[in-house]
Amino acid sequence: MSMLSSFLLISAGLFCIGIFIVLSKRNAIQILIGIELMINAAILNLVAFGKYDNLANSGQVFALFAIVLAAAAVAVALAIILNVYRQYKTIDPAKVERLKD
Amino acid sequence: MSINQILFYVMGFTALASALVVAASKNLVRSVFMFFVTLFALAGLYVFALADFVAVTQIVIYVGGVLVLMLFAFMLSNKETLNNLQSKGSKFITINNMAALLVATLFMIILVNAIIKAQPDHIGWIQRSLRSDTPRKDNMGNIGVNLMTRYLLPFEVISIVVMMALIGSVHLSRKEEHKL
Repeated sequence: MSMLSSFLLISAGLFCIGIFIVLSKRNAIQILIGIELMINAAILNLVAFGKYDNLANSGQVFALFAIVLAAAAVAVALAIILNVYRQYKTIDPAKVERLKD
Repeated sequence: MSINQILFYVMGFTALASALVVAASKNLVRSVFMFFVTLFALAGLYVFALADFVAVTQIVIYVGGVLVLMLFAFMLSNKETLNNLQSKGSKFITINNMAALLVATLFMIILVNAIIKAQPDHIGWIQRSLRSDTPRKDNMGNIGVNLMTRYLLPFEVISIVVMMALIGSVHLSRKEEHKL
């Protein structure tokens, strides 16, 4: 098996573990970790294909963009989680069922 | 089997195994720290794809920024959620997780099938890139030049998006004095 196929299989595994975490956990921070795993699987795909593009470096440049976007998304999501905790005293997404007023 | 391949498979196995521990563990702090291990193993995998700059960025941004932020929010928010979750039974496969496990397994089957069918080594431009033996340029400098010429518009758009996200998160997480 070649290295590229191994990269793709590893990233497929990471993506599925991310889906499992997102669907099964009862805690907003763990769901966020699952989403980050899925983003990382996508970045691994970008980097693995970018290995063969040594002129324009498109894969690596867009992997950098994806990393920066993921960091910004985490900052916003954690701010929202802190607000939700302040309102409801829980961060279980199943228990957040009341609108503000 | 060269030392390169052995290291590659060790890294891949570490990434997958620590991600599985993240999925299985009930202890929240432990799962965050196992996520740390996953990110480090992924950075190692990026080095094997000749993307050293992406690997360093992964370590600096994810391990230095995102994980510290996660631990911070975690310690600010949910002490009693932690206790509740720990007192529950510690079975990995429960009736609640069954649907999630089913979806993840089916998706895995689909993805593996697609990868095998696609035959990524026989794609045209990858074959051409493997055959043409142009000398590899300095990777990091090449990324910098490309970032300032070919990808200038996405770069600027990303900078605006990041600024919006920063301002938005500061606005969201401030204390409201007049209400509450």
